[in-house]
Amino acid sequence: MAAILARDTVGGRPVDPAAPLLVVEDLRVEFRIDAGTVRAVNGLSYALNRRETVAILGESGSGKSVGAQAVMGIIDSPPGFVTGGSVRFRGVELLGLPEAERRRVRGNRIAMIFQDALTALNPVFSVGWQIAEMFRIHRGLPRKEALEKAVELMERVKIPSARERAGSYPHEFSGGMRQRVMIAMALSLDPEILIADEPTTALDVTVQAQIMSLLAELQQQTGMGLILITHDLGVVAEVADQVVVMYAGREVEKGPSLPVYHRPAHPYTMGLMDSLPRRDVHTERLRPIKGSPPDLLAIPAGCPFRPRCPFAREACSREEPPLAAVSPDRVSACHFWEEVSRERAGA
Amino acid sequence: MSDRDRERLPTNLPAPVAIPPEPAGLEPAVGREGSLYADAWRQLRRRPMFIVSGILIVILALMAVWPGLFTRADPRLCDLADSLLRPSRLHWFGTDVQGCDYYARTIWGARVSITIGVLVTAASTLIALVLGSIAGYYGGIVDTVIARITDIWFAIPTILGGIVILRSIFSTRGLLQVSLVLIVLGWPTMLRLVRSSVMATKEMDYVDSARALGVRNFRIIRRHIMPNAVAPVIVYATITVGVIISAEAALSFLGVGLQLPAISWGLMISVAQNRILTAPHLLLFPGLFLSVTVFSFILMGDALRDALDPRLR
Repeated sequence: MAAILARDTVGGRPVDPAAPLLVVEDLRVEFRIDAGTVRAVNGLSYALNRRETVAILGESGSGKSVGAQAVMGIIDSPPGFVTGGSVRFRGVELLGLPEAERRRVRGNRIAMIFQDALTALNPVFSVGWQIAEMFRIHRGLPRKEALEKAVELMERVKIPSARERAGSYPHEFSGGMRQRVMIAMALSLDPEILIADEPTTALDVTVQAQIMSLLAELQQQTGMGLILITHDLGVVAEVADQVVVMYAGREVEKGPSLPVYHRPAHPYTMGLMDSLPRRDVHTERLRPIKGSPPDLLAIPAGCPFRPRCPFAREACSREEPPLAAVSPDRVSACHFWEEVSRERAGA
Repeated sequence: MSDRDRERLPTNLPAPVAIPPEPAGLEPAVGREGSLYADAWRQLRRRPMFIVSGILIVILALMAVWPGLFTRADPRLCDLADSLLRPSRLHWFGTDVQGCDYYARTIWGARVSITIGVLVTAASTLIALVLGSIAGYYGGIVDTVIARITDIWFAIPTILGGIVILRSIFSTRGLLQVSLVLIVLGWPTMLRLVRSSVMATKEMDYVDSARALGVRNFRIIRRHIMPNAVAPVIVYATITVGVIISAEAALSFLGVGLQLPAISWGLMISVAQNRILTAPHLLLFPGLFLSVTVFSFILMGDALRDALDPRLR
């Protein structure tokens, strides 16, 4: 009971019941390394409500994972520094909280799962032990009781014969089962927010679908908010309510996921769509986005996507495009977003 | 809030325990013996290198703890009339200048060598584990300070440093003094190993994952980093036991290690050097025991490395 009451303050401050679960505003993260300063996240903003899913979309190095680590407060510092912005959990600012308070938020309120569950689970302990560890350190349960709860959780994430499997080690599980173990660990403390960093990237397609539907089901049961970090547009369209598309540490497009999916208003989003095999459109060949993301140490002036952009023209090299309102709930960082969205409407 | 919690509490689920263990396709709990160390053990048990070195080390350990198991003779009960006898049925290894039974002395010599080897290795490993994991895990300024001090220390040659310290600081040199000097000179190598191993382990996703789930730093080091980072340390420590034993012998041989009447292989070899032509058995037996001991620990270290290093599998 005490635990439930205690949930209503964070870092000694009462939470605001009316506030969204999580509000991230103009988050900025940089890494100061010998070669210079890498601006890994350059102004990321989004809001997450209960039962809602926000997808953060982008290719490797776009800053999507770093943004999530900043929310969790697990960026290695040095070299990483959160240099600006705000992360508010139910109205309470998390940035600047003392480390001990931050740690209490992790796991209890915001939990995280990682891409490759084989490397994200400790190879020398059985999975039951690892899930039980959560109850032992955060709830102070004795060993046996904690293990009992671990088995219950493993059943909840639908691991067959959970009781027997609790004594097995991570490498004895298949990829999908391992990801379930990770999900069980993350859910052990009833977090209100789950951050999933490419949870299905390391899995094959049928297993991907199972894991996504498990996450959706658990989200329905618990009402937790889900932040889904991915580079898979298909997954986004299926499960996300909101999507933030990132490129070179910046937001390039943001809005409700279906409109963004069907009618992208940024050439990069469009490129991501075209590089995806689709059932509804017959294509001979996939069209990859040409070139590669810019070196974050030396982002060219103007629009960072310019060198790869089929719509690029002179204005793009002069001025970094501001976020333009495409519709009341949607923005695009492209000078020529109108042209871009017309293109797709015609297709 | 509270009804959300109620709806989520797993206790509301239908008693799951009753489900019969077993669905298709799952081999019955491969269970406990899957971890890194269990795997390593299963592999080790079949390796001749491990079995041979294991048996030798067990015998040497017995020799060190209960020399009485191997010899009834008192290594300090000597009769000058028996000076420098060749090996015979009565004195298997012959006798030394004082007429002491050389077999008894060789057996008793194991105690000092092995005690120093194990003590020095254990102490320097402990120092290295504590400082090395702090440096490796926290990084930054703490790491810089620890690592630089280690580097400076590392530059002192063990034997040379040992000679200087043992000659200038201590008036008597017993087992404790020699051990202390070897510990003081021995930890830097070990620390560098621990530090790099911890730094590599720290980058693993499960450490991030533990942090993301709110585990304290101390517990992360103890539970998530240590068990995964110590494999190379175990290997190196095993080899170090052998190296330290030979270092003690070297110091004693050079006359700055143990002093008579202590019984140690290094000391015996040192005394034997003057009579190498007239009584070669004085050099042969302690030398042989010393070599076999060092060899056993190094062999054991190699066997452990093969078993614990997944890249070699």
